[in-house]
Amino acid sequence: MNVKSLRSALSSYVFLLPALVLLVVFTLYPVLYGSYLGFTEYTAANFATNQPPKWVGLDNFRTLANDDLFKTGVLNSLKYLLVVPALQLASLAVAVLVNRQLPFIAFFRAAYYVPVITSISLAAVMWDWIYNKDGTLNWLLKGLHLMNPSSNESWLLDPNTAFWAIMFVTFWKGFGYYMVLYMAGLQTIPEELEEAARLDGATPWHVFWRITVPLMQPTILLCSLLSTLSAIRVLEEVLVFTNGTGGPLNSTYTALLYVYKKSFGGLDFNYGLASAAGLVVAAIALILSVLNFRYFRDGSARA
Amino acid sequence: MTRIVAAPSRAAATPRAARRPLRRTLNTVLIYAVLIGIFIFAAFPLIWTFIISITDSNSVTTGHTVYDFPASLFPARITVANFFNVVRTYPAIEHAFFNSVIISGLSIVLTVIVSALAAYPLARNEFWGKAVIFGVIVATMVLPTETSFLVNMLSLAHLRQIPVIGPLLGIGSYLGVVLPTVSTAFGIFLMRQAFLSIPQSLLEAARIDGAREGQIFRGIMLPLSMPSMAALSIFTLVNTWNSYFWPSIALTGSQDKFPLAVEMLKLKGAFNDNIFNTAAGAMIMMIPILLLFLFAQRFFMRGLEGATK
Repeated sequence: MNVKSLRSALSSYVFLLPALVLLVVFTLYPVLYGSYLGFTEYTAANFATNQPPKWVGLDNFRTLANDDLFKTGVLNSLKYLLVVPALQLASLAVAVLVNRQLPFIAFFRAAYYVPVITSISLAAVMWDWIYNKDGTLNWLLKGLHLMNPSSNESWLLDPNTAFWAIMFVTFWKGFGYYMVLYMAGLQTIPEELEEAARLDGATPWHVFWRITVPLMQPTILLCSLLSTLSAIRVLEEVLVFTNGTGGPLNSTYTALLYVYKKSFGGLDFNYGLASAAGLVVAAIALILSVLNFRYFRDGSARA
Repeated sequence: MTRIVAAPSRAAATPRAARRPLRRTLNTVLIYAVLIGIFIFAAFPLIWTFIISITDSNSVTTGHTVYDFPASLFPARITVANFFNVVRTYPAIEHAFFNSVIISGLSIVLTVIVSALAAYPLARNEFWGKAVIFGVIVATMVLPTETSFLVNMLSLAHLRQIPVIGPLLGIGSYLGVVLPTVSTAFGIFLMRQAFLSIPQSLLEAARIDGAREGQIFRGIMLPLSMPSMAALSIFTLVNTWNSYFWPSIALTGSQDKFPLAVEMLKLKGAFNDNIFNTAAGAMIMMIPILLLFLFAQRFFMRGLEGATK
């Protein structure tokens, strides 16, 4: 190695240093240390007195297996996955709809993206008025005669509806994001293919299912993966809409809310148990990613 | 005005469509009906909040409620008084606005600098360990980060103990919120793509002229990748301006440094009896980011697409 290439290598490391230090300290280390904490007994008291975590093996996981609140959380997080197919189908359909030259179409595209750039705390404020017992939703349902004029549903306070009401906001906030990703995917489909099918007399419905969807497999895989992972990791929505309580009768309690509550959000400050719960969520996320890959790869093999 | 309205019918006059004008028109009407339907679904909460924020609270017939549909969608008297009210009766919002600006500003500057610096050698140099380093950066995208907030919080609490720099970098400081979010695979990738698209011959010419790495970076690479830096900046701004969970944790014990996104929910609680003020506060948070998005949409979308490549 000559002096010149040594200098170039050295300068490369110097350029990379800030990014790498920050990545190691705030991304790699937390994952490794957090995984380790899952097998230890470690609390705020230990942390304050500088005592190291105590290895307890699978104890935390046994505690979790017997904790009904955690089970509720995991079940709700799994139930939250129901938003994924709805979200993906809707955003793909909207992407196809706006992916054409029409007057004002750019306006609609931008408007559909506005919920994405809305903060979750702002969404909580705005949707609270819609879900209120005197709110817009009840007014609309009564106007359409879908609801008894005398009933006063308070959507976020009813244990039967709070969960779905929050999930609907996730849908609202998300469809513009996936729409843009699908629009990028649609750009890669050669126009002649759809044109040829149309000339052969295919209905728009057929073109969508037989040509657009199969050719969009890679984008669909990416979007469904992103959407699955954020659904199983849902936390902010349930946190802001219920003031961190887990909702009426814990109906909106999710697995990551449990992690948060055991860390700082409650009175426990049980970092070991919180980390173990985090590991369980991570394992579920991993399994779901593998399933996603298998399902959509098989799908593309068929097509 | 007439020109814009006439546009759809002009499109319908193309020869092919003329054969089936009725069906074509029906189709267009149907498409716009669906488009407008989705528009109402997407934009209603914001429009509704905006209307509340400019409604004169005394003009609402039923006292201090706006839940009087559909009359309240068309306020009898419009006012900006609510905006002054919220700033006067809830001074924390002014402070929170300032905090949001600081936190977002720091995040943007540091993210762009750190990402650009790291991307340069990854795009342009060959050096020992490059493949491993690139592999590590890729790996950070798929790591199970479920408990990262916990460990990062503990790290920041440790940092706080260090004399002199502790109060600057530790928990409850502006930089404490910002630092963990600055170095991301997304930012590094986006800048790397930009640098890769700059012709190698430009660099070689500069090297022959005796320019050092730092000079090439500042004099050639950065100026030529302005669009990507803009995309990354806007992307970072939207993310940090809206981020709620991490700031609410990392600023524990320093409520005076809470950004708008965190202060927003407290505002809602504080004005439970006066949603006009809450709506005005919501608009104070939304309007800057909305205007920026509308002006810089192109860059923003580019940043988003860069994330998926």
